[in-house]
Amino acid sequence: MAALVIRDVNKRFGPVDVLQGINLEIGSGEFTVLVGPSGCGKSTLLNIIAGLEKQTSGSVEIDGRAVNDVPPRDRDIAMVFQSYALYPSMTVRQNITFGMECRNVPRAERDAAVARVSHLLQIEPLLNRKPGQLSGGQRQRVAMGRALVRDPKLFLFDEPLSNLDAKLRVEMRMEIKQLHQRIHSTMVYVTHDQIEAMTMATRIAVMHHGLVQQFADPETVYNRPANLFVARFMGAPPMNTLPARLVAAGSGVNAVVGTGDEQVVLPLPPEMAGFAGREVILGLRPECIAEERRRFGEDVEPLMVEAPVVMTEPTGAETVVLLVLGGERVLGRLSPDVRLRPGERGRFSLDMRRACLFDPKTETLIG
Amino acid sequence: MRRLPEVLVIWVPLLLSAGHVVVFTAWTTWMSFTPSTLMPASGWVGLRNYTSVLATRNWKIAFDNLLLFGAGFVVLTTLVGLILAILLDQRIRGENVLRSIFLYPMAVSFVVTGTVWSWLLNPGIGIQKLMNDLGWTTFRFDWLIDRDMAIWTIVLAAIWQASGFAMALLLAGLRSVEGDLIKAAQIDGAGPARIYLRVILPALWPIVISVLVILLQFAIKTFDLVRALTGGGPGLATQLPALVVYDFMFQRGQIGRGSAAAVLMLLTLLGVLLPYAAWKYVQRRRAANA
Repeated sequence: MAALVIRDVNKRFGPVDVLQGINLEIGSGEFTVLVGPSGCGKSTLLNIIAGLEKQTSGSVEIDGRAVNDVPPRDRDIAMVFQSYALYPSMTVRQNITFGMECRNVPRAERDAAVARVSHLLQIEPLLNRKPGQLSGGQRQRVAMGRALVRDPKLFLFDEPLSNLDAKLRVEMRMEIKQLHQRIHSTMVYVTHDQIEAMTMATRIAVMHHGLVQQFADPETVYNRPANLFVARFMGAPPMNTLPARLVAAGSGVNAVVGTGDEQVVLPLPPEMAGFAGREVILGLRPECIAEERRRFGEDVEPLMVEAPVVMTEPTGAETVVLLVLGGERVLGRLSPDVRLRPGERGRFSLDMRRACLFDPKTETLIG
Repeated sequence: MRRLPEVLVIWVPLLLSAGHVVVFTAWTTWMSFTPSTLMPASGWVGLRNYTSVLATRNWKIAFDNLLLFGAGFVVLTTLVGLILAILLDQRIRGENVLRSIFLYPMAVSFVVTGTVWSWLLNPGIGIQKLMNDLGWTTFRFDWLIDRDMAIWTIVLAAIWQASGFAMALLLAGLRSVEGDLIKAAQIDGAGPARIYLRVILPALWPIVISVLVILLQFAIKTFDLVRALTGGGPGLATQLPALVVYDFMFQRGQIGRGSAAAVLMLLTLLGVLLPYAAWKYVQRRRAANA
């Protein structure tokens, strides 16, 4: 059953269309991540779900009930903010119970709820402190506690990890994911960080220019991006996208990239044979370009190409290589023990099974 | 453009202004221990000037008035300023215009404020006359000539003058409250009144304290407003310490006693400002440690 349904939601600020016909249906217990670059409308959408902003048109249903005219406090939601938004004058305990105080929950019940949540998040020693006396990670936990104590129908997260340093962010990311696995609540999580989206979500809504570009599980979004924007936004380093001509070759089809001396011919999987003769944008993830000896599966015959290296970026776990293929710059991910110098020509093993084809005009995925 | 050496830019004005303050404060303090009358005189009389000033009825009334005026003015101005600020904070149309209107009195000299209010409050030509002429013949508004109420006319005029200033500071404070806090409170289920009382105002209290202290030192220094509005009268009903100082020094030719009264005012001011400075210091230390 759908915990949250967003139907044809539009939002306009003066002449600017921030959201244009958003449709999402989110199931109970799902962890949905809204991801996109800044200004894509994801935070506005979250505020509309929360009732903090009013949509220009369209409807929002939470747990089967239309909430278009319901104020935030009656929507049975909890929200965690990027700034944490802890009340500075209240202790941690008061911060957590403020919502219950507003709803006149009896004291005994409040105390029990605080005990439960503070145990869950291990913030018992902090209960009598003020937010000003807490570290960033502790504030983050308290903000989570304030949301969890309510046991709401819907959790909303507005970039909750952006203010943490890199190490803490990874820790909190794992904690939030574990938390979701334990309590199975419906969560909507906004972030601009595609790694957070990939690692935490059960489904990702990629947003751009006020539109949902793709709404699918992380694997689909990553391997079969609906269009060039999604292909280039998700994944770090991003997907390589090269203009190519498709030429029939026997029963199969080859992608021809570049012209003249630089021309490279890349055989595509046989199921793409129907596209022969078309101009396309060929999408290839960097991990599909590796060092010469790499095999992408036991029975897969790798495609070998030779290409000049422009630059290498060793990260420790792997080395990202910028190389030129058919006159186009592409990124590959190599084993760190392969040492190539800029200017050298190297041989690379390619995995063409995971290639994507995009229409150059509409930029949508065609094959 | 060649830049002036920093010695000239910083130290010369600083020395001039600080020297000015320090030299005259020291001179006044010295005078308060001398038997000076019409002209400054040397000599040492110990605390005699102080004891005689403190013993005068004039000073006692002035100090009692200061307590009443100070409390009334500071509390009510802050309250009026806060109400104006909260009303302006409702994202209303024409906010800039209204803000300027409320701030304008601050740009007016106290003498002008005093004079205008003395006309308005004068029963023979002001508000009472207007209401009487309009047909409400029993209307009475004669605080200005009422011994018990005259001090409140000063409070009224001072509130009119200073509440825009309080409003401006408090409005800036309201605006600096993080938007997410208010959103969080809305989701927590707090209504507008509770959001102001429990979330916004507690975040505002450092600014409220600053406003209170600034207004209090206004109150202690008040001179020209009273001088123009009531002249300290009727009788001694609106006498304030600064008027007592003026009275001793320039009306009665008692520079020694006038100086003693001035030093007493300075001590009162320090009584307000030193705890404030200490509080600021503690706050900064706590912020640095957090």
